[in-house]
Amino acid sequence: MKRFIGFIKKEFYHIFRDRRSLFILFGMPIAQILLFGFAITNEINNVDIAILDHSKDASTEEIINKISASKYFTVKQILTREADIETAFKKGKIKAVLNFEKHFSRNLIKQNQATIQIITDATDPNTANSITNYINAILQNYQQEKNRAIVVEYQIIPQTRMVYNPELKSVFMFVPGVMTIILMLVSAMMTSISITREKELGTMEILLVSPLKPFQVIIGKVVPYIFLSVINAAVIVLLSIFIFKMPLQGSLILLGLESVLFIITSLALGILISTIAETQQSAMMISLMGLMLPVILLSGFIFPISSMPVALQVISNIIPAKWFIIIIKGIMLKGVGMAFIWKETLILMGMTLFFIGLSVKKYKIRLE
Amino acid sequence: MKEENVIEVNQLTKTFGDFTAVNTISFEVKKGEIFGFLGANGAGKTTAMKMLIGISKPSSGEATVAGFDVYSQPESIKKNIGYMSQKFALYDDLTVKENITFFGGIYGLPRKKIWEKREQLISELGLENISNKLVGSLPLGWKQKLSFSVSLLHDPKIVFLDEPTGGVDPITRRQFWEMIYKAADQGTTIFVTTHYMDEAEYCDRVSIMVEGKIEALDTPKKLKEQFKVDSMNDVFLKLARIPSPTLPKGKGENTDCN
Amino acid sequence: MGISLSNISKSYKKVKAVQDISFKVNPGELFGLIGPDGAGKTTIFRILTTLLIPDKGTATVAGFDVVKDFKAIRKAVGYMPGRFSLYQDLTVEENLTFFATIFGTTIEENYDLIEDIYVQIEPFKDRRAGKLSGGMKQKLALSCALIHKPKVLFLDEPTTGVDPVSRKEFWEMLKRLQKKGITILVSTPYMDEAALCDRIALIQGGEILEIDTPEAIVSQFPKTIYNVGADNMYKLIQSLQQYEHVYSVFPFGEFVHYTDQRDSFEMADLQSYLEKEGLTDINIEVTHPNIEDAFMELAR
Repeated sequence: MKRFIGFIKKEFYHIFRDRRSLFILFGMPIAQILLFGFAITNEINNVDIAILDHSKDASTEEIINKISASKYFTVKQILTREADIETAFKKGKIKAVLNFEKHFSRNLIKQNQATIQIITDATDPNTANSITNYINAILQNYQQEKNRAIVVEYQIIPQTRMVYNPELKSVFMFVPGVMTIILMLVSAMMTSISITREKELGTMEILLVSPLKPFQVIIGKVVPYIFLSVINAAVIVLLSIFIFKMPLQGSLILLGLESVLFIITSLALGILISTIAETQQSAMMISLMGLMLPVILLSGFIFPISSMPVALQVISNIIPAKWFIIIIKGIMLKGVGMAFIWKETLILMGMTLFFIGLSVKKYKIRLE
Repeated sequence: MKEENVIEVNQLTKTFGDFTAVNTISFEVKKGEIFGFLGANGAGKTTAMKMLIGISKPSSGEATVAGFDVYSQPESIKKNIGYMSQKFALYDDLTVKENITFFGGIYGLPRKKIWEKREQLISELGLENISNKLVGSLPLGWKQKLSFSVSLLHDPKIVFLDEPTGGVDPITRRQFWEMIYKAADQGTTIFVTTHYMDEAEYCDRVSIMVEGKIEALDTPKKLKEQFKVDSMNDVFLKLARIPSPTLPKGKGENTDCN
Repeated sequence: MGISLSNISKSYKKVKAVQDISFKVNPGELFGLIGPDGAGKTTIFRILTTLLIPDKGTATVAGFDVVKDFKAIRKAVGYMPGRFSLYQDLTVEENLTFFATIFGTTIEENYDLIEDIYVQIEPFKDRRAGKLSGGMKQKLALSCALIHKPKVLFLDEPTTGVDPVSRKEFWEMLKRLQKKGITILVSTPYMDEAALCDRIALIQGGEILEIDTPEAIVSQFPKTIYNVGADNMYKLIQSLQQYEHVYSVFPFGEFVHYTDQRDSFEMADLQSYLEKEGLTDINIEVTHPNIEDAFMELAR
């Protein structure tokens, strides 16, 4: 036991003496969370639009007022000719143009129908979509107000309610993803690098030719990173709760335990990588390419899994991050307990055991 | 034959912060001479050599190499010298031919000249059968002989050798020295940096650097007489005070440690 | 408590690293493996320290089999791999403490064994290993390999890349350790270090050329060696190589070691031949062979 503690002590020396890595270790989660929380967002706010009003009557004015009164849009430009539309877009400031047809009010009253053309800049399709939806909603709302006096025989009024994230804050979606990436990266990359570093330095030879057992070396490498990763997870959760007002509906203890489980999964992956990689550089490459990319692309963190091609959907099942993201979203946003996430937990456990088994099998007590 | 100096160094100094790595050294090297530049790790020999090959600016003093000033004409120096170190010599993942072509190319030799030199070199070293093999698959001794020949491709006036024969078997090593004697006989100056004292025995003259200063400079024979010992190793043992246990501060790690 | 290898062979993919190696190191002996890079020295060390399994043959260290009893060997030996394997970001003292702990001991417990080595680096015990000079790293690595009082000590090229002063001190330390009853197997590419060992094995290309005491190896040299000097080294070598009775010509520092095919030969003949070749300042004298001469003769 004394040997083991001595080993862990040495690992902590390595970690705390390497200021740069330490900074990355703790600076990165904070930077990422803030970045995703503030800068990268799917919501639209203060989008600049232009108006081309061929009617200039009471109705168009009402609609324009309604739109510019909303926090979503700012009317930046009033155009006079159709030809100006393209120039406005090309300058790049304007994301959408509303084109009211001639005699808008008259048509509305006389023919019960009038047209507005909504032209959006679709270089960013997501934003274009959102803009159209928001404008449609505003128009519908205007229509309902107008129709209140008139009795319509049949009318379906959809009442939408967004649950678990009523304000549709994208940070709620990013926090679980960022947390997953960070835990994966810290755990897998850092352990695999720290093991391969000993191979490169030649100290692994001495460790092998010592009474330390292989599993002691592995556990010794892993323990400090479990500790660091738990701190990291806590920092992320605290930041998201206190800065982004993300709710924690479920049990904190359950969240903690699930995080530890995922950390162990990632550590097992890190050890597996270190049994394949001979140098720190290749360990880093394998961790980045082999772990980071799938986590970002296939875990459902950014791109919804349900809209992927079937083949990718199948592949996404073998990515541990996917299950962990489902678990955290469940606990933090929906407040579910073990009863609802036991399946995902079991899958993660299975994967962990598999990776540990594989790396123990691949771990060499000799050099070859 | 007129004795012309191809390297002239006068009061050359290099400081890093408070630390003086090279302390007012002065010496000359003649054309066709095999000059040994010795010193323990950290004595300042690599720093001094970097100044001579034009990749580090001296703090003070003067030096000319192949007739060019180290301050103002480093590019001309680089064109007129060859360099070979034990650590980096050739690309292991290129073939013998590709290596020769590549190094000929970076010294701006015309294609036809490279081709001629390449054939000549391959036949001189007896590499005909393996000229299309990867350099990485060759034994260390062959690599080093090839590497030395490559450093001579552009007919440099001076070749700088950094610990050229460390770890090579005794026979190959002697073949290597024969190549060096040949090059020197043809008028190429050889500047050998090393801390292997037995390499020093082969040089015409050697200088021994201790803590940034040149403490001895003469032929191996005279140095041995002067210190009344049998080998350069013993000369060195007598000269070198107990070396400072750590690398000097402010120099970063291992700038001089090979 | 000694070491024995019989018919050990090991290949990596296509490359034969060592072939049919057999030798014995007696308990308490200082045994040297002398050979250039790539001779197979490190492979032999790794087989003996249980890091590699030989393809063929058997070996024992301190009475234990290197394959079956690898755990027992790992407890009983000290190993210093080439390129001093230390933790660069740990201080001198932390390195030593760490290696003591993983071997289940403390610095205090075995201090007497490392004392005369460690006192030299103790003033710098708070300095990181990465900031030490080569000689100091070497001393620290040796202290680390000794901290658990091993019965057998394996030192793979401990003096490579170290300055002559540190090399000399290092061999003095090994002699003192030997007196304390530790069996030492050391490898080196420096032929001049061979004379410092009790017995040596000359090794090249994965095969052993000769095993004996350094004195015996030198005394068995079959020829008389002449030290030849002249004003122009290159011309001298060329001329000697073209001499009709030449057996071998090897440059040796400022001289050339020359041996003749004939058993008896007159130095004057050679002298006049060289003069005819246009050489001046000719100097010929009989000299003693050394290990390097012996090595080259055996490797021919």
